[in-house]
Amino acid sequence: MTTKVQCIVCEGDVPLPAEVMEGELLTCPDCGTELEVVSLNPLTVAEAPEVQEDWGE
Amino acid sequence: MPRLFIFYTRLRTEEKLLFRAAEEKGIPFSAVNLSDGLWPNVPGEAGDAALCRCVSQTQNSALAVLLESRGILTINSSDVMALCGDKIATAARLSAAGIPQPDFAVAFSPEGTLEGAERLGYPLVIKPATGSWGRLLAKINDRDALEAVAEHKAHMGAAHSVFFLQEYVEKKGFDLRATLLGGEVLTVIKRCSDHWITNTARGATPEKYPLSAEIKALLGRVQNAIGGEVLAVDLFEKPEGGWMVNEVNGQPEFRSSDGELTGVDIAGSLVEHAWSLVSGADGGKG
Repeated sequence: MTTKVQCIVCEGDVPLPAEVMEGELLTCPDCGTELEVVSLNPLTVAEAPEVQEDWGE
Repeated sequence: MPRLFIFYTRLRTEEKLLFRAAEEKGIPFSAVNLSDGLWPNVPGEAGDAALCRCVSQTQNSALAVLLESRGILTINSSDVMALCGDKIATAARLSAAGIPQPDFAVAFSPEGTLEGAERLGYPLVIKPATGSWGRLLAKINDRDALEAVAEHKAHMGAAHSVFFLQEYVEKKGFDLRATLLGGEVLTVIKRCSDHWITNTARGATPEKYPLSAEIKALLGRVQNAIGGEVLAVDLFEKPEGGWMVNEVNGQPEFRSSDGELTGVDIAGSLVEHAWSLVSGADGGKG
């Protein structure tokens, strides 16, 4: 199973948690970019969206 | 056979806890990422239960209304989500029930906020009617600041065309967060911060806090006034003693109140309660 994914901003290696799921957030250890897992097959990450006005409890 | 659906868009700690809890308890459930979803292709049928856990309140409300139209029990109901998602609606409901809360005023123009300030005095707090995590809250110390903030808000679109003004309560560096499930108080924590915004999403530190008879009675009144299966109620200590209700959340995050700090498995209790409401299994109180 894949254990890392490449950061789309700096191309650094981003480790994946066990049993990663769609919607999971990752932080690139190299550049600090917040990434969101948008697909598992193929494993794809995108820059996580900025916080929106109506987010949260 | 009913099923429990947990809808989400962004996987927060809470959603992971809920998935794990449902799995451990053997509850038949599906985790559904709604990000690319399309109604009516969203799964679920009459008799199912759904935890609406989208990070966007607007998306949760829309989802709940649609699921309810299909006979699915949503937690919370769309009515409770709408009530708690709008701070003006919540304040009005608490007011009608005679529940203590910070004094408030609602203005419909920047000029109207000045009249509101005459009533409330400075400092005061301006909050957007919708929103969370302490976003766009402003503590207004004087008229100059009020005029500036009100003018800026007037240019921020329709959602900011109504100005919710609240008395500033000197709360001694903390507030309380109580989590209620099925009308019962599950946890109470104290959230401490040097900043006047005591939100754990903004770095406040959580501590366990005892549930007194007075707080329990107040929370019971809030539950009766608002309804709902799961609520998070924020309380301020009144300067003269006693408690007042600052906010009621209907789509609560609970990572700060869960597990190690309080010894209460909120995620487990929540999935068990939701499941009991449609399966008739033991464990539900609602």
